[in-house]
Amino acid sequence: MLTPQLEVQLIAVIIAAACTLPGVFLVLRRMAMLSDAISHTVLLGIVLAYLISNSLASPLLFVGAVAMGVITVWLVEVVSGSRLVREDAAIGLVFPALFSLAVLLISRYAGNIHLDTDSVLLGELAFAPFDRITLWGIDLPRALFFGSGALILNAILLALFYKELKLATFDPALAATLGFSPAIIHYGLMTSVSLTAVTAFDAVGSILVIALMVAPPATAYLLTDRLPRMIGLSVAIGVAAALSGYWVARWLDVSIAGAMATMAGIGFGAAWLFAPQRGIVAQALQHRNRRERFAVQMLTLHLLNHEGASDAVIECHPRHLIEELRWQPAFADAIVRRAEQNGFIRRQGEVLCLTEQGRALARDL
Amino acid sequence: MAFAVEIEDLTVAYGDKPALWDVDLRVPQGVLMAIVGPNGAGKTTLLKATLGLIKPAAGSVRIYGQPYERQRRLVAYVPQRSSVDWDFPTTVLDVVMMGRYGQLGWLRRPGRAEREAALAALEQVQMADFAHRQIGQLSGGQQQRVFLARALAQNAEIYFMDEPFQGVDAVTERAIIHVLRKLRAAGKTVVVVHHDLQTVPEYFDQVALINVRRIAAGPVREVFTEANLRATYGGRVAILGANGSAGAVTTPTPAPGD
Repeated sequence: MLTPQLEVQLIAVIIAAACTLPGVFLVLRRMAMLSDAISHTVLLGIVLAYLISNSLASPLLFVGAVAMGVITVWLVEVVSGSRLVREDAAIGLVFPALFSLAVLLISRYAGNIHLDTDSVLLGELAFAPFDRITLWGIDLPRALFFGSGALILNAILLALFYKELKLATFDPALAATLGFSPAIIHYGLMTSVSLTAVTAFDAVGSILVIALMVAPPATAYLLTDRLPRMIGLSVAIGVAAALSGYWVARWLDVSIAGAMATMAGIGFGAAWLFAPQRGIVAQALQHRNRRERFAVQMLTLHLLNHEGASDAVIECHPRHLIEELRWQPAFADAIVRRAEQNGFIRRQGEVLCLTEQGRALARDL
Repeated sequence: MAFAVEIEDLTVAYGDKPALWDVDLRVPQGVLMAIVGPNGAGKTTLLKATLGLIKPAAGSVRIYGQPYERQRRLVAYVPQRSSVDWDFPTTVLDVVMMGRYGQLGWLRRPGRAEREAALAALEQVQMADFAHRQIGQLSGGQQQRVFLARALAQNAEIYFMDEPFQGVDAVTERAIIHVLRKLRAAGKTVVVVHHDLQTVPEYFDQVALINVRRIAAGPVREVFTEANLRATYGGRVAILGANGSAGAVTTPTPAPGD
């Protein structure tokens, strides 16, 4: 049998993978905030289903929660479709309304039962191994069973409808003209998001659901420009955040879900700064490189214009560049050095001369 | 004469504001037709309503005598370049292969046949060398040629294009017009939302002048007249040709997206 520690990690890894798969398409469709809304409003579905069925074990709770997630998406569309408010505001209006309605219903009608609003937000992964079920003679934590179900379902849906999802995400108008209804694909994806959120938030809370649906795909987006790689990387990053978060939580003795969400955030921050092409650092380097290359071109052009003229001795003196081209002394030094290294100019005493290569560069400009 | 597209009494409204008012338009088979009109005239709306992307308030559209839903495979659509996110993580080849998805239908995956069709289409627009590029690395003209290749990959009978010449370089413009003429030579029908009045007589056989209502439609020689242009643009056109048929015309540069 697995130890509780291993079970917690396994649950976290499986839920992370299950969340990132639909998360990739949420991020690409710029609908990341819908995961926020859905992962909260499902509570209303649970509460309503509980009030109808009077049982916390009823499968109706699950159905009600998933349905409420989809209803949330629909309501957001109705509100933003009125053109009176934009979509971001519509999300901000619909989700607190439904969530607070759920909180009111709990405090009014279900105060004595275990529907605790704190655990909705953060979950308690450490307790997940104690809530067990036995299926086909195997004793498993409930979260592991349902999490695996969500992961397998999401993986199958992605494999079956990859082409349709990609098309409807990239170009919904083309999808529509080709007969792939973007609305069906949209609501299919949202049902999968809702189902995953319902499954996951029981164990890890809604904050971690959002973190796992949004942060790994957003990180992967910075690291690759191929969709299959983005999906693979998202899963790997989600799993890494789950595992590293678990060990950080044990080490610092803090909330496991909180630590996992933090690790997902740190992973994104690292990619944001250091991603090879799109990271802030790489972009700053590219920008500097472009600026210097342009300055070298300016330098060769300037030297070409004054080549052989009577004032060449003055015009082609490095100190003159500082005045003429309005360069800072340190920048002028760097550019002269770079031009020399590239073989465009050479020094003759104090004066800069173009090489044959430098002359060719300047003439091509 | 066989009509590829027959639009009857088409009315489209956004709220209570009509974008198209009772438009009739027949496109004969095997022609290049331009749809021209000022900003906000409903040119793009006409295309979208024809393709079922917008539900019309009234009227009907027939493609070779049948409703669009039954004739999807005969129709290819080139939307405005700006309608998609070019930072989407995918390659040129992959985008062009999307043109084959309609024939594949649900669930079936693209394979070698789709790949080869896409490469052949890229060859036609001189973009084969870019097949494996990330789409975000393309210039505007290259993006337009990729969209055109995607429509060619559909191997349709009728091509609807929304402002394909908008903001493209001269090489792209020549490449596109070359492809359009080849399509016409193969008996296909091409309907283009167009904004450059000067090139209408050179590029197109037929023209439809639209400003919410249909002002005129038919062969360029007969319909592309000073009177009709004034009726369409409300006197905002300066007509340089003096012989009544507007050979060279300038107009305030329209923005895309009307």
